[in-house]
Amino acid sequence: MSMAGTSFSLAEHLPALQVVIPLMAAPVAVLIRRNTPAWSLAAVITWICLAIAITLLNRVLDTGTISYALGGWAAPWGIEYRIDRIGAFMLVIVSAIGAVVVPYARASVAREISPDRQYLFYAMYLLCLAGLLGIAITGDAFNLFVFLEISSLSSYVLISLARDRRSLTAAYRYLIMGTIGATFYIIGVGLMYMMTGTLNMADLAQRIPAIAETRTVLVALGFLVVGISLKLALFPLHAWLPNAYAFAPSAVTVFLASTATKIAIYVLLRVLFTIFGKADVIHVEDIGAVLMVLAVVAMFVASTVAIFQDNVKRLLAFSSVAQVGYIILGISLVSQTGVAAGIIHVFNHALMKGALFMAVGCVFLRTGSMSVSAFAGLGRRMPVTMAAFVVGGLSLIGVPATVGFVSKWYLIQAALEAGLWPLAVLILLSSLLAVIYVWKVVEVAYFQEPPSFRHDLREAPLSMTVPMWLLAGGCIYFGLDAETTFGIAHDAAGSLLGVLP
Amino acid sequence: MKEKPVLRVTSKLLIPPIMLFALYVQFHGDFGPGGGFQAGVIFASAFILYALIFGVDVARRIVPAWVSRAGLSIGVLLYAGTGVAALFGGGNFLDYSVLAHDALHGQHLGINVIEFGVGTTVAAAMVTIFFTFASQSPHDPEDLRDEDDDADFDDDFDDDLDDLIASRTMSQGLSQAGGAGGREAR
Repeated sequence: MSMAGTSFSLAEHLPALQVVIPLMAAPVAVLIRRNTPAWSLAAVITWICLAIAITLLNRVLDTGTISYALGGWAAPWGIEYRIDRIGAFMLVIVSAIGAVVVPYARASVAREISPDRQYLFYAMYLLCLAGLLGIAITGDAFNLFVFLEISSLSSYVLISLARDRRSLTAAYRYLIMGTIGATFYIIGVGLMYMMTGTLNMADLAQRIPAIAETRTVLVALGFLVVGISLKLALFPLHAWLPNAYAFAPSAVTVFLASTATKIAIYVLLRVLFTIFGKADVIHVEDIGAVLMVLAVVAMFVASTVAIFQDNVKRLLAFSSVAQVGYIILGISLVSQTGVAAGIIHVFNHALMKGALFMAVGCVFLRTGSMSVSAFAGLGRRMPVTMAAFVVGGLSLIGVPATVGFVSKWYLIQAALEAGLWPLAVLILLSSLLAVIYVWKVVEVAYFQEPPSFRHDLREAPLSMTVPMWLLAGGCIYFGLDAETTFGIAHDAAGSLLGVLP
Repeated sequence: MKEKPVLRVTSKLLIPPIMLFALYVQFHGDFGPGGGFQAGVIFASAFILYALIFGVDVARRIVPAWVSRAGLSIGVLLYAGTGVAALFGGGNFLDYSVLAHDALHGQHLGINVIEFGVGTTVAAAMVTIFFTFASQSPHDPEDLRDEDDDADFDDDFDDDLDDLIASRTMSQGLSQAGGAGGREAR
């Protein structure tokens, strides 16, 4: 090996390191086998990942798309890592949540996972992060499947780590549904490969328009959209999600709720707009219309079901299904504003759901229960936690000065731009449902007395409240100053739709 | 297992060639059919055969949990480490050409090290999966041990062995599934 005298520049290889660093840290965490060192490793690695992601986003915004040839093999033949605006934005979202969750996880994991398995949590967490980052970074349709499997398999393990044995069935059900989704995706990729002989997304985009009307490509498209919809929990393919979120360890719920479904939405964007963009299938094949109907149904049905939940984690999980509806609704409008509204809601929803699930995790740490009644009197006993919950809840509803308002503002604007004013009304009406389920928890927390036998209830430790308030503070900060985030989302939507380079 | 000399001797004769064949498949993989994955499975099958004939506890003494666990991790690290070594050599991630003095040697070296990493992880994973299922008891751990001793080892039919393997893995698999279903129903 000729180590000396070669030009090794770190900056040039950041796309590879973004994935490789957490990927290599995971087996190291298994080898360490001690909980505290494994946690420290995860903390250092995730913050390095965040730094790399921010660097990459800045570079993409300055100089345009980055392409990196793995193994030095040029694009259509080798695997290409390709980072454009939307990819870089997803990298930042995933790695930011990944970095914030680790400090939070320390106390939460110590409470919820048995000591001999905690190091496994950090190993699987790093592996899952590597997979999610890989999905956002790769420009190869098959490589995306590999990363999808890495992140999915590790998330099944993460869910099943909880002490509650119901997490095993929840993880098993997610495994079955997730595997069907991934299989559908790979069948779609296989059919496209059959017709085009390429797996590179940019190359596929060039070759698909000529054969877009063939039966094989249409079937491929069907498999891809259904498979990805399973992964992103689009109504009515969301059945795996509520239990998986409800029974997973709190830290896992925070992480998966803020990243896993979001990255699946990114994959849908890639397929519809990058791979099939030139063929314009979303218009020609009416996929947009189907997605729009499903999105609106999700907004109402899932929100209504959420109202009747007693387990707060399940309540928030159903609310996630509804929020995915808003994102898909924006995408289904196929305008720059609409897709931008979808993308910005991916970011905003990651912030608010992260904060909310973190608050529920804090409550679980102290009360040992996730039912609504456990929140009684917590407004006084755990004021910091409940304040974060309220901020997250207001964001879900879409109150001005929170990120939820920004999302809904642009969503309604996109609906009006498309001349679909009934959609705008539906968006407002479904927000009222969010008021009901958020109020249900807030009312118990602030207007009920704590049970007399729980006078030992106190605030969650700083290691949990600080990360929680980082996200809750983000809900307010990016709600007041939406310039940056919306700017990126708008440009990303522009380049997806081919309006911008 | 003292009563089964045929099985014991045959498996003892078979295990070394199995391992050798695994290594052949491993290192001949870049000229012929084979490679790390297949080699790993074949290599692990030697340990699985040993465990089937001489018992899981004896086999676990040869491959303790920490060995298979280390194998799982080290294989991945070998793979990714080769990629990182290529970075330091001045190439892109996983660009083997820079690993040796000329590109052809580099490609050979790179693919062999990477496939060895794959083989290590796959072998360790197969062994781990087998031990995990084989050493789990549906009831009390004590019960399983009794079952082992009392099982009909008196007659020399090889079918017995098959039955035992089938029944043990199947029954455990089913009872696991049943248990999961039961929890769901509750």
